[in-house]
Amino acid sequence: MRAYAAIFRMKFTGGLQYRAAALAGLATQFAWGFMEILAFMAFHRANPAAFPMSLSQTVSYIWLQQAFLALFMTWFFDRDIFDAILSGAIAYELARPADLYGRWFCQSAASRLSRAVLRCFPVLIIACMLPGPFGLKAPESLAQLGLFFLSMGLSLVVVVSFSMLIYISAFHTLSPVGVRIMAAVAADFLAGGTVPLPFFPAGFRQVAELLPFAAMQNMPLRIYIGHITGADALLGLGLQSFWALALIIWGRALMKRALGRVVVQGG
Amino acid sequence: MIRVRGINKSFRVARRKAGLSRAVKALFSREQERVQALKDISFDIAGGEMVGYIGPNGAGKSTTIKVLCGILTPDSGTCEIMGRVPWKERLAHVRDIGVVFGQRSQLWWDVPVDDSFELIRDIYRVDKALYQATRDELVALLGLEEILMTPARSLSLGQRMRCELAASLLHRPRLLFLDEPTIGLDAVSKLAVRQFIKRMNLQEGTTVILTTHDMQDIEALAQRIILIGRGRILLDGGLEALKRHSGDRKILTFEYRGEKPGLCPGMELVSSQEGRLVVRLDQKRLSTAQALAHIIPQVELIDLATASPSAEEMVAALYQEYSI
Amino acid sequence: MTLYFKYLALHLKAQMQYKMSFALTVLGQILVSFTTLLGLWFMMTRFHSVAGFTLPQVLLCFAVMLMAFSLAECFGRGFDLFPRMIANGEFDRALVRPRGLVFQVMASQMELTRIGRLVQAVAVLIYALPRAGVLWGPDRVLTLVLMILCGCLLFFCLFVVYAAFSFFTLEGLEFMNIFTDGGREFGRYPFSIYGKEALRLLTWFVPLALVQYYPLLYLLGRETSPFYMLSPLLALLFAGPAWLLWRFGLSRYKSTGS
Repeated sequence: MRAYAAIFRMKFTGGLQYRAAALAGLATQFAWGFMEILAFMAFHRANPAAFPMSLSQTVSYIWLQQAFLALFMTWFFDRDIFDAILSGAIAYELARPADLYGRWFCQSAASRLSRAVLRCFPVLIIACMLPGPFGLKAPESLAQLGLFFLSMGLSLVVVVSFSMLIYISAFHTLSPVGVRIMAAVAADFLAGGTVPLPFFPAGFRQVAELLPFAAMQNMPLRIYIGHITGADALLGLGLQSFWALALIIWGRALMKRALGRVVVQGG
Repeated sequence: MIRVRGINKSFRVARRKAGLSRAVKALFSREQERVQALKDISFDIAGGEMVGYIGPNGAGKSTTIKVLCGILTPDSGTCEIMGRVPWKERLAHVRDIGVVFGQRSQLWWDVPVDDSFELIRDIYRVDKALYQATRDELVALLGLEEILMTPARSLSLGQRMRCELAASLLHRPRLLFLDEPTIGLDAVSKLAVRQFIKRMNLQEGTTVILTTHDMQDIEALAQRIILIGRGRILLDGGLEALKRHSGDRKILTFEYRGEKPGLCPGMELVSSQEGRLVVRLDQKRLSTAQALAHIIPQVELIDLATASPSAEEMVAALYQEYSI
Repeated sequence: MTLYFKYLALHLKAQMQYKMSFALTVLGQILVSFTTLLGLWFMMTRFHSVAGFTLPQVLLCFAVMLMAFSLAECFGRGFDLFPRMIANGEFDRALVRPRGLVFQVMASQMELTRIGRLVQAVAVLIYALPRAGVLWGPDRVLTLVLMILCGCLLFFCLFVVYAAFSFFTLEGLEFMNIFTDGGREFGRYPFSIYGKEALRLLTWFVPLALVQYYPLLYLLGRETSPFYMLSPLLALLFAGPAWLLWRFGLSRYKSTGS
């Protein structure tokens, strides 16, 4: 456990080094968020009845998306891990005490969390202070907030375990950059990263909500804004847990097999 | 050929601290320091000379080279190379020089070395016939015939360095800068590289400025040494001058049985292991006879060796003397 | 210039060695812009129109911006990746070569995989053009051509600005993405939908609207003044400040080193 904490702290400190980058990143996120919101507002003016959730809910969704981007983004990869696999430095990794899947999982989770924590507070604070229709609204009840936190935790697990699958795929040499991008992009789209899932046409939406990607950013954000409440929310958490477990079990099995092959072949 | 007068250059460097709380503080303020990289650098280098430019890390070697190449503009001072100011007439100046950065390759990674050469020829607009002749000559001298069609990524470090040297000379520059050319090479490659550089200097009259940490490079090649430390030139002269400067030192190696003997003033410990003691003797303070008279009674002597300090040791002593 | 083509041949030779990786990267990039397209399609089929523009008209916007961006990337990728060139010392090497620096930066990266997105944009354009309700004539064709070419040059200048900033700091460059990637992404809708202030910013500060929105109005016949047809040419004025910023950054690099 202490080993994991040490790794976490190291990654966290690393993330704090870059001040100008932090400010610029913040400004970038606000610009993106604003433009997305303005676009939604234009659609709202065109046809408010066709909105599957209220405009203010959509606005909150977008700000949360930006605030926790580091947690949700599927296209971020830790170079150290890829380098370790590709260079064969895996041998050194295997010699250390903590188990590899667990270690990489913590490393990924720590990177994401450190980035997210850094970024989310300024975004959330400023977004809350924005006037009228642009503002981030608080959830209806404390229960909802609680469910939101639970769901966020689960979605972090799902996202990290999904990215673990991508790391593991690098053990098979036929996994160049293109494949990773494709997987990441598809995952992001199906998680509601491009357009929130409620805006999908009927058929697409049903399918997407059953996939593991809906357990990423889709579930917690919709719980927060009150689009998914009560029993539905609990069901959603259940579904997230299922996917988290499934992806971890699958990931560990795949890694075991891949490592086994590495040892036999000598890396 | 090269006239350098009073070059000064300082940099602002940001200081980053380790640890979590300091990193958080660094988010809100940035500490900066001013570092004087070059202080009143002056020297002249005539055409056809081979100069070894030595100094510890961070002394200002790369900064000087960058100024001479025209990459960096100094704060003050003048510099004239082949009648031009390097940072003012970049295109014309650069046409006449060749540069080899030891750690960074100028060759294309995934295509045959010869293709890289061809591209360099096009970049420098070398006449076709002249290029052919130069290239064939370089290939023969450096033994590149077999690897000419190999992509750079498949070459060993020694092979790559030889190709780098060839690449930097394809346009027949009159001045060649070599930044750590033998770093990481095996012994055979080092010899080949040194021989080649020497030949270029003697036969073609190429002026060579060589920065290196490898003292054997210096001994093999440099007729003249410029020592730089903390941004200032500390020594400028031939290898002989260097020897004279620290020639009063002698290395004594004792192999003995018994307890480690005590030293006396004028002796400096170089290394001490079980039964083996190496000291540097300052002959100005203590003669060899006196040193022996001090040590021998303390131990049961098995063997004794004396040697003149190598260039390595001379330079190390110099660093110590100038506290760099 | 022939030297540029020699570089191109070399890049081609190098990249063709990794055919599988090349193909997959092309597919990956196509998928990225495909998801944008899909999102756009989802929204437009749900809402049928936005700010007075229908699906084919929005697709026209998307295709033009994607084409302009992809073309700019084909030539200007070196500027987009310029921070790397500084960090690994490749720029120092360029300073030691007797060739113009802008040329060398352009020649340093030629990612032919970007052609994939170009083809994709052309496909969308071909689909959207007949359905967008444009009355074609030589002036309309010229407008379209200007939108794409001047858009390409504008994105190229934005890459140069990005590279120029990296002379000053290697951090915090992320912000420029708003105009490069952002310009392409937000440009999937006509810029008028973002409101008056945004439109003003994109007309006077970074003239993306001059290559997308105003000529679009002319294409669709909503404006007839030739000013709207030729507005992309005005966007080329951006090259002035971009060039100045590059020169300024370069002189600063030469005085402070890496």
